[in-house]
Amino acid sequence: MSLGTLVLAVLILSAAAFVAGRRFALSRAGGDPRRLHSLPGHYGQHAALLTAVPALALLVLWLGVQPLVIELRVATLLPATDDATTASLAMAEVRRISEGLDRLVVAEGLSDRDLAALTPEGLAPRLRAVGAAVADITPQTLDAARAHRALQASFGLWMSVLVLGASLGGVALALLRTAPDFRARNVSERFIMWILIAASLVAVATTVGIVLSLVFETMHFFRLYPAQDFFFSLTWNPQFRGGSDLGIWPLLWGTIYISIIALVVAVPIGLLTAIYLSEYAGPRTRGWAKPAIEILAGIPTIVYGLFALITVGPALRDWFAQPLGLGSSSSSVMTAGLVMGIMLIPFISSLSDDIINAVPQSLRDGSYGLGATQSETVKQVILPAALPGIVGAILLGASRAIGETMIVVLGAGAAAKLSMNPFEAMTTVTVKIVSQLTGDTEFASPETLVAFALGLTLFVITLVLNVLALYIVRKYREQYE
Amino acid sequence: MTDATAPESQAPRAGTLFAPDNRPRRRNAAERRFRAYGLTAVGLSILALVVLLSSVIGNGAGAFRQTFVEIPLTLDARIVDPKGNRNIDEMKKVTTIGYGRQLEASMVAAVAAAGLKTEGISDKDIAGLLSKEAAATLRNRVLANPALVGETITFRALANGRVDGFFKGRVTMESAELDSNVTPEQLGLAQRMREAGLITLAFNPDFLLGSDASEVRPEAAGLGVAILGSAYMMIIVLVLALPIGVAASIYLEEFAPKNRWTDLIEVNIANLAAVPSIVFGILGLAIFINMMGLPQSAPIVGGLILTLMTLPTIIIATRVSLAAVPPSIRDAALGVGASRMQAVFHHVLPLALPGILTGTIIGMARALGETAPLLLIGMVAFVREYPAAPPEGFFDPASALPVQVYNFTQRADPAFVERASGAIIVLLAFLICMNAAAIILRRRFERRW
Repeated sequence: MSLGTLVLAVLILSAAAFVAGRRFALSRAGGDPRRLHSLPGHYGQHAALLTAVPALALLVLWLGVQPLVIELRVATLLPATDDATTASLAMAEVRRISEGLDRLVVAEGLSDRDLAALTPEGLAPRLRAVGAAVADITPQTLDAARAHRALQASFGLWMSVLVLGASLGGVALALLRTAPDFRARNVSERFIMWILIAASLVAVATTVGIVLSLVFETMHFFRLYPAQDFFFSLTWNPQFRGGSDLGIWPLLWGTIYISIIALVVAVPIGLLTAIYLSEYAGPRTRGWAKPAIEILAGIPTIVYGLFALITVGPALRDWFAQPLGLGSSSSSVMTAGLVMGIMLIPFISSLSDDIINAVPQSLRDGSYGLGATQSETVKQVILPAALPGIVGAILLGASRAIGETMIVVLGAGAAAKLSMNPFEAMTTVTVKIVSQLTGDTEFASPETLVAFALGLTLFVITLVLNVLALYIVRKYREQYE
Repeated sequence: MTDATAPESQAPRAGTLFAPDNRPRRRNAAERRFRAYGLTAVGLSILALVVLLSSVIGNGAGAFRQTFVEIPLTLDARIVDPKGNRNIDEMKKVTTIGYGRQLEASMVAAVAAAGLKTEGISDKDIAGLLSKEAAATLRNRVLANPALVGETITFRALANGRVDGFFKGRVTMESAELDSNVTPEQLGLAQRMREAGLITLAFNPDFLLGSDASEVRPEAAGLGVAILGSAYMMIIVLVLALPIGVAASIYLEEFAPKNRWTDLIEVNIANLAAVPSIVFGILGLAIFINMMGLPQSAPIVGGLILTLMTLPTIIIATRVSLAAVPPSIRDAALGVGASRMQAVFHHVLPLALPGILTGTIIGMARALGETAPLLLIGMVAFVREYPAAPPEGFFDPASALPVQVYNFTQRADPAFVERASGAIIVLLAFLICMNAAAIILRRRFERRW
């Protein structure tokens, strides 16, 4: 039974359970709803929830666990190795063959006997003909693939049986409990409450998932590559034959350099924009300029990346870098920094706008009453009062700049260098995560796993900046309330 | 805070109200300067927006119009059906190379019939004005309708990318000199064919509906698979993120006790909203693909990642609109005997719905433009086949609009710059529609209490 049919079956069953629960409750009460503890619909709701929710929860759990169990059982059929790389490669091959066998059965109409009689000789081209990308097939991998396929089929069957069983069990339990004095409203509402709590835990589970997957793979990486080299080496030079230098500093320097340029562009422009729009501009200017600037915030970063690649990069190269003799690359720190600065303008300006508006009018009035001009009020009263909030906004902007990916992938280049020349191509942590993890990913070489260590570094840096920003903003807010 | 009690301000001053001294003049000049800075900053922001949009639109508008060659073509039975029995299985054995010969003959004949000069251009070069995709187009058309064999049809095919570039100003005679893919003579012929009406520039629906094409045929590359993949992911995001987000917000806003544990959840959601998107890609790769064994480049994985990324946005928006519903509504419901759950689901939630939907649409618009996490789950792969209908199609390989843009930028042929910008225009059009829907929803239905 395919997944879609199974889910549909459970949902139909649950709808039927609603009707049945409602009817059953009414009939138990002799057709008089006043003799029921709850409204008839609550009995239906109770039955529907008991039918659908445990069954669907079981389904999700099963789908998460099934591949792990199957691979553990299949692994015993493969030649034993101590090496994690070989094992995972072999397992991937088994999965591909198993999938290929599935297609072969469909394409050539093989029976189970034909399948059992298959030999490794001449099988690979047949599998490739049906679109399975298998390399060479040994007797062991073929056996393992057959076992994989059989396990998958039997697990699929068991899953269908158990899920439908849970669903039917839910119907039975609900109907068994249904009686005129059964408190259906309270029970089903408690049930719903647990669903709500589970939903709010998804966010926590996501964070836990992020942290666990990053930490786990990073530990794996540090077993293969010394941590002190990662944190203290000044060269980044991955070699796919082994013996790579994977020092983080060139990447970190590129990231910081680009972020500094971005902030140098975005902070003055964003801050002055916010000041002008909130203190000087009339309602009409504000009415069109503010949404226009906010459009910048809604544009996806890939658009900024393309802008850097086809417009800003060549323009900077032709007008600045080449005439000044500073370089001939169109992707450069300056390109990425400038474009990222543009991206950050609306971010900084809308955050600062909120903060400036939060400064009480009485402070302004006091300053005007003392004879200060508007700009003196802004510079000497409003900005000092809003300073913690503005610092928070800048920190949040820095965290965005450090985590930004598409602009640097398209605008900054791929060469890991420690250089001061802003017109040279450099690279960042995010660019290297993308380049180490796209394409063929075999999860055993340090060259791939380093991406997780980079990801963890990025996560920690941005988390610290965010928490610091939130802390500063919260602390500042207390002053006026 | 004020340092204005500097001693020199107490010195006797020369000016009067009628004859201002330097100080007010300086202060007024500073005021004007500051104002000018502010205006410049606003101007720069707007300028950046205008340059950004006009650069993308200027580069991409051409992608919607394409150069087509239109020639009369007699399908020679000796070439396309060598056995002469119209048997479709045997006709399938004729490859595109055979159809290429057919096209070459027809092109030469059409050019000769129009009386155009062809000195110095070989027959192969004349046929080279057509896209490499043309033979396959013709083959599919014949196989779909074998009755065409022997007939004379009007065949409309894409022109080669360089010819297309020539009419759009991207390729010039000078650049053709250095180009191994096209000669200036070919371009001259193309120009004469255009004057003779054999070559036209027209709207190209295949850019929106067709699938991606290989690196050497930029003229045939389309966005169909990418649009479909993005649509699938948006369906998944909507189906998962909206109920989970609303359920989580209802719990946190209406029921959760204020304690350490719920504080932790709230801080968590706030932080999740600020985690770099690429980290979500790493999560998807490690958990969904490696651990759970879901297929690479499938919309289901992309949809799940985007769901997790969109959740904080939806939760924050939902909580704001739930909080905006006045407590009197809840009190009234509780007063007539509703349970807290009934009060929320029957009264508060419907009133908060416009705000929730607005937040959802904005969150989905952001998810639609997200690229980085999708790169990590293999969505960069070259996918030509359309995914099947859902739900099975959720597990088929597909592309996504922003990833397709990235893909186009990684290819060498400059014609792909136009394609990438065109794809961005399509993406921005979708985003504008979604945001407009959100604004309309807010204006029409949102209540101010």
